[in-house]
Amino acid sequence: MARYIALIVAFVIMIGIFAAGLDRDPTKLPSPLIDKPAPEYELPRVMDPLLTTGSTDYAGQMVLVNIWATWCAGCRTEHEYLLELAGRNEIPIYGINWRDDRDAALSWLQQLGDPYVASAYDEDGRVGIDWGVYGAPETFLISAGGNVMYKHVGPMNEATWQGEFMPRIAAQTGATR
Amino acid sequence: MLAVGLAAAGLVIASILTLQAFKENLMFYIEISEVAKGNAPKDRNFRVGGLVVEGSVTRVPGELEVEFTLTDLNEQLVVYYDGILPDLFREGQGIIAHGRLDDDGSRFIADQVLAKHDENYMPPEVAETLAKHAAAQEAALDAETGQQ
Amino acid sequence: MIPEIGHFALILALSLAVCQSVMPLIGAHRNDAALMSVAGPAAVGQLVFVAVSFACLAWSFLQSDFTVLYVANHSHRALPDVYKIAAVWGAHEGSLLLWILLLAVWTVAVARYSSELPRAMSARVIGVLGLLSFGFLLFTLLTSNPFERLIPAPANGADLNPLLQDIGLAIHPPILYTGYVGFSVAFAFAIAAMLTGHLDQAWARWTRPWTIWAWMFLTVGIALGSWWAYYELGWGGWWFWDPVENASFMPWLAGTALIHSLAVTEKRGLFKSWTLLLAISAFSLSLLGTFLVRSGILVSVHAFATDPARGLFILIFLGIVIGGALILYAWRAPGMDSAAGFRPLSRETFLLLNNVLLVIACTVILYGTLAPLLYDVFEWGKISIGPPWFEFAFALPMLPLTLLIGVGMHTAWRSQAFGALFAQLKIPGTIAIVAGIAVPTVFYGRFGLLVSVGAIAGFWIMTVSLLQPLRSWRRAPGTPGISRSALGMSVAHFGVGMFTLGITIVSAFTVEADLSVRPGETVEVAGYSFKLTDLNNVQGPNYQALEGEIEIRKDGKFVAELRPQKRTYLVQQSPMTEAAIDAGWNRDLFVALGDPLGNDAWSMRLQYKPLIRFIWLGALIMAFGGLIAASDRRYRLQATAREGTAALREEPA
Repeated sequence: MARYIALIVAFVIMIGIFAAGLDRDPTKLPSPLIDKPAPEYELPRVMDPLLTTGSTDYAGQMVLVNIWATWCAGCRTEHEYLLELAGRNEIPIYGINWRDDRDAALSWLQQLGDPYVASAYDEDGRVGIDWGVYGAPETFLISAGGNVMYKHVGPMNEATWQGEFMPRIAAQTGATR
Repeated sequence: MLAVGLAAAGLVIASILTLQAFKENLMFYIEISEVAKGNAPKDRNFRVGGLVVEGSVTRVPGELEVEFTLTDLNEQLVVYYDGILPDLFREGQGIIAHGRLDDDGSRFIADQVLAKHDENYMPPEVAETLAKHAAAQEAALDAETGQQ
Repeated sequence: MIPEIGHFALILALSLAVCQSVMPLIGAHRNDAALMSVAGPAAVGQLVFVAVSFACLAWSFLQSDFTVLYVANHSHRALPDVYKIAAVWGAHEGSLLLWILLLAVWTVAVARYSSELPRAMSARVIGVLGLLSFGFLLFTLLTSNPFERLIPAPANGADLNPLLQDIGLAIHPPILYTGYVGFSVAFAFAIAAMLTGHLDQAWARWTRPWTIWAWMFLTVGIALGSWWAYYELGWGGWWFWDPVENASFMPWLAGTALIHSLAVTEKRGLFKSWTLLLAISAFSLSLLGTFLVRSGILVSVHAFATDPARGLFILIFLGIVIGGALILYAWRAPGMDSAAGFRPLSRETFLLLNNVLLVIACTVILYGTLAPLLYDVFEWGKISIGPPWFEFAFALPMLPLTLLIGVGMHTAWRSQAFGALFAQLKIPGTIAIVAGIAVPTVFYGRFGLLVSVGAIAGFWIMTVSLLQPLRSWRRAPGTPGISRSALGMSVAHFGVGMFTLGITIVSAFTVEADLSVRPGETVEVAGYSFKLTDLNNVQGPNYQALEGEIEIRKDGKFVAELRPQKRTYLVQQSPMTEAAIDAGWNRDLFVALGDPLGNDAWSMRLQYKPLIRFIWLGALIMAFGGLIAASDRRYRLQATAREGTAALREEPA
């Protein structure tokens, strides 16, 4: 009997390690920037390269910074949702167009709609590196004080918004009152 | 009985050898900053990862040997490689190298250089390290400007 | 419209899977003929709808319907049609649909060819398969819908990853998956036996051909994958101990042990709990492989785009399926083993050792594959384990096994006289030792202890496998010849010998050189001269390439002209190396272009790989042996029905 139980125990342990591993899945690693100041940047805009946009634009506000690109499938998936979220006027969304082709990015925004207050054009990915970006899409929640409160890897959706972002926003705004 | 005894002994020896080989073949991922501090093994293989510093790829024209510098935005490491670099290797890209330090610890002699198979993704370990140091740099910069 | 039909068909398939599982299982439990008879028709219905769904997805690809997100992400208007079809299973969602389709096909096959099974048994088997279908369909519909829409559609798709634009992609996954999924049949048979608490020789006879067929497909699938990686990935390697490769190899090892264990259970009614556990393990390892590849938990060039939510679903599914099976096993297995005995020198002993060694090898690979995860979870560091360890740890149990194969094949059941055995084997043994030492030394110029051991093992198995077929060929007229089962075994083992020899020689004597070459220059590698005669720009259907012309000569005589390319695919703008290979039965010459080095020079990878084709040829012969064995008379229904109990008579194999 013992060896059969041993088998089951070994299996359960293995599942446990997998479950823990899933949690530690690289795409779910907490950003080393959590609770640290978000990197500053200033880049030309996607919509109008003669103008710039950067972290100073949203200083003092709580915002979302969304890393996106036209070559990224997940960005396409989350785009509708971002439009919808932007339409609710709950929080400004700033974009960083990461390692992309500006013309493609421009047509994308023109054809599909632009949920961003402004999108910065990070052609070579330098700013992305500062933010610890290793894939797109990623979305950061930045506090009014300029700190990174949360980073979500993967497409944004309502479940994530409600489950991860809203509670943190509520905690922040509650704390400042 | 003798057969069983021999088999058991064989099993034990095999297990010991296997575990031994495991320890020897284990390769740890070590941050470049740690290597710079001297915290990297001197006589065994390990992995490093970082960005290829722009303009750092040098080779004697016509020769296979190449040197380039990797950075984790905090420290740098010179990597030497004698072989064909992978298709997706380029400056500014995040890559991982397997190898060991040379005798005086100044260069990393790579026997394998790996770039992710998709040029827009960076190995997660590298990204983590980079972000950590980018943040540290910013903070340091702020502190300086704050003092002035 | 078509995508919606495809989506709806999946939902219908899901409801049929529910019928296919719940009703027959309850029916078997209550001995209700009406409920049990639902199994076959439900399975057919499920297949129909899954096939419709698959066809809809394929149609969407062929029509370049980029309103389907999956198509937009993995296809392109300029993609050749054959790759548009292959792209259907080129990523996660579509490959899942392929899995579900194959599961439905296997299920219908079982329903069709189980007329000799007691109804309760076939009802249970189809019911369990239905539960598996249900799980996969649910997973697909909830987390991985291939028919998700993308509106407005982009003008063109993101193109299929260039690495996958190859004929190998067209055939490797379907064949591999057929093998993976096929082990679910053995699994279902095992569950069915455990549900009743009875496992007899008849059960083993029913289960064995299904297992052999699945094993055959898996063997061919893995061999194809290895061959494909060899010529497609551009650096001449054919096995990397990559987690995904290991994920396919482990079920194969368990499956091989299972086939052999089934032989013992069928012939002698022994090893019942071994057989059950192996049947559970083979499929569990298939499922585990699915989990590893799709959850993002392990980093691999093979892994599909990661999504932890999917990983969680599969993990739960894994837990339920395997956990449930193990609990059943713990409950039923203790009561099953019988008391028949066997002497130390007997076929049973060798097959027991076979089981043990294969399981050790499998466990070792499992450990090596999961160790990085283990270390990461416990924060002992981020590690990776290189191929040298895998090679060592795998060779350790395998070398004794290769030597034992030769002996075990000719050992009688229950008890074997040593003298007779030795007399049979001493000539092949001598030939093997001589050849194993001579061939490396004479043909490849070097004597090495390890090389010789490996070569001896290879020759040993090959010569010893010829004994029974030869004896049958030279038999006196009128005497019975070799059964297909025994012939299949001999052929399959011969393949193993070839495989072993190929690996030994190629590992020891391969010559690999990365060199700098200028147009017009000649370099020497392994006795061949390679001259870079020209470098041209060429245009492909969806790529541009730089093509080198390499002229190969040996001792001045022309051998081959090779044209390796460095391609840039238009859409994704990613560079890709397309190696050129001159294949021969006894050696491959492998050439790949590198990068410009300045001063007109280019880096080139040149390799000489002796006997490498023996590896894949050996694998194919193994599979062919399986085919012969599976076609043995006693597995064919009509013959069995006619022969009745005579079919259970013991035979030499």
